[in-house]
Amino acid sequence: MKTENQKAWFFVLPVLLLVAFNAIIPMMTVVNYSVQETFGDNLFFWEGLTWFEQILRSERFHNALGRQFLFTFLILIIEVPLGIAIALAMPRKGFWVPVCLVLMSLPMLIPWNVVGAMWNIFALPDIGLLGYTLNHVLGINYDMTQDPVAAWVTIITMDVWHWTSLVVLLSYAGLVSIPEAYYQAAKIDGASNWSVFRFIQLPKMKNVLTIAILLRFMDSFNIYTEPFVLTGGGPGNSTTLLSIDLVKIALGQFDLGPAAAMSLIYFAITLLVSWLFYTLMNREDLNTEGER
Amino acid sequence: MQKRSIIPIVYIVFLMLPIYWLVAMSFKTTNEILAGFSLFPQTFTVEAYVTIFTDPSWYWGYINSILYVSLNTIISVCVALPAAYAFSRYRFLGDKQLFFWLLTNRMAPAAVFALPFFQLYSAVGLFDTHLAVALAHCLFNIPLAVWILEGFMGGVPKELDETAYVDGYSFPHFFVKIFLPTIKAGVGVTAFFCFMFSWVELLLAKTLTAVAAKPIAATMTKTASSAGYELGLLAAAGTLTIVPGAIVIYFVRNYIAKGFAMGRV
Repeated sequence: MKTENQKAWFFVLPVLLLVAFNAIIPMMTVVNYSVQETFGDNLFFWEGLTWFEQILRSERFHNALGRQFLFTFLILIIEVPLGIAIALAMPRKGFWVPVCLVLMSLPMLIPWNVVGAMWNIFALPDIGLLGYTLNHVLGINYDMTQDPVAAWVTIITMDVWHWTSLVVLLSYAGLVSIPEAYYQAAKIDGASNWSVFRFIQLPKMKNVLTIAILLRFMDSFNIYTEPFVLTGGGPGNSTTLLSIDLVKIALGQFDLGPAAAMSLIYFAITLLVSWLFYTLMNREDLNTEGER
Repeated sequence: MQKRSIIPIVYIVFLMLPIYWLVAMSFKTTNEILAGFSLFPQTFTVEAYVTIFTDPSWYWGYINSILYVSLNTIISVCVALPAAYAFSRYRFLGDKQLFFWLLTNRMAPAAVFALPFFQLYSAVGLFDTHLAVALAHCLFNIPLAVWILEGFMGGVPKELDETAYVDGYSFPHFFVKIFLPTIKAGVGVTAFFCFMFSWVELLLAKTLTAVAAKPIAATMTKTASSAGYELGLLAAAGTLTIVPGAIVIYFVRNYIAKGFAMGRV
């Protein structure tokens, strides 16, 4: 059990100061902008909640938010089951384990704009490996700069390529922590593969899977660089996700007020969903502690 | 048993295809790339790499990136160690709230912070320094470091601390001599993650620099000239950004799975 000790605050202080410097001051700047109108030259006019109302009512925001939720939903629904399946099929020990793990982690270590550029090159219709194969070998008409469906498929495939390994590694870490005796007991009971998965492997993976889903939610919901480099939000607005739209408003049009209001709404949504995950995670922890 | 291994093999092939394409393209001449499709480089050239290694505006991009990434890793791990210890060993007023607040910073979209960060770091006179990027990346790396380290420290029985105190060790002595060596895998994994997330993040790094600390990512936009993209050069620059990640991951290869699980298995 942990001991009560208020002096522990001194240990936390450096972290608190550094993160607060980076989090609270910029956040206050954003809050400032969100309630004012500016015409440059440091001239500011009080606007109250006008920007918030305008953003919440604007069709553009609704569309971007809808695309963002669709994107995150597709990512989670594809990457989580796929990641679990791959982790289940991986060898548990031997020479190939570190080789697999290193190769699988490689995509996650590539800078995000390089990931975008790499997939852009990969998908070029006539000279990219993917684009050439689809267009000239399989005879599918594929051009992501023209066709919104192709653009979506490419973005989703890119993210699956980039981040499925995170789910694989987390599930795998959960799987290897299961003692061999559990499997032997299941074998004696004549348990099917499905019931081994349902009653031994899945419960053991529950904690790490919660982390995986939480991380995948946060990162896919905040994704900016990769789709921006890959499609630039096009064709049209079809792949303009929330953060791309935000940067367009803030830096493209320099509408700081609406952009700041949008940032805060955006952050609030991420926070709300993540908080739900976090409380769920903690409740699971309490439940498992109770069982012990 | 054998049939099952098809799945990871197919998956790894899928992962390697775009990387292969990038590497293959980096050895092609621009003319060959634009002329049409070829699976292997026809006229093998290292011209793009020569350009990168001889042109200071290119290779300084890599040096700058490595400098601020290393700086960030050191800062993050050093301040996160005592904090993670406090979270894993003690209860104190507002500990749960503070821990959650730290995690929320991992959730803030970098796009939200880009402009205010620019203003903040210009105001304190750090704009276009390596320190600015290193400090800015602390926003998401410190919470992550605290989270991972707390997971690893939670696995160390509290009896270790108590025995050390009974034996007459002072706290700093105990922490450095006994506690740190027991969780050195955790420290390694944490450093790896800080390195990784600082290395791949580019939006803030680009926003906070102009010339002196310009990261490689910003340098890469040079390839988009009026004559169109110099794809070979872009591919070579991209290939070289994979190398540092591949090197650091080699050191933590036996702890990757546990590390990604934040030490919580």
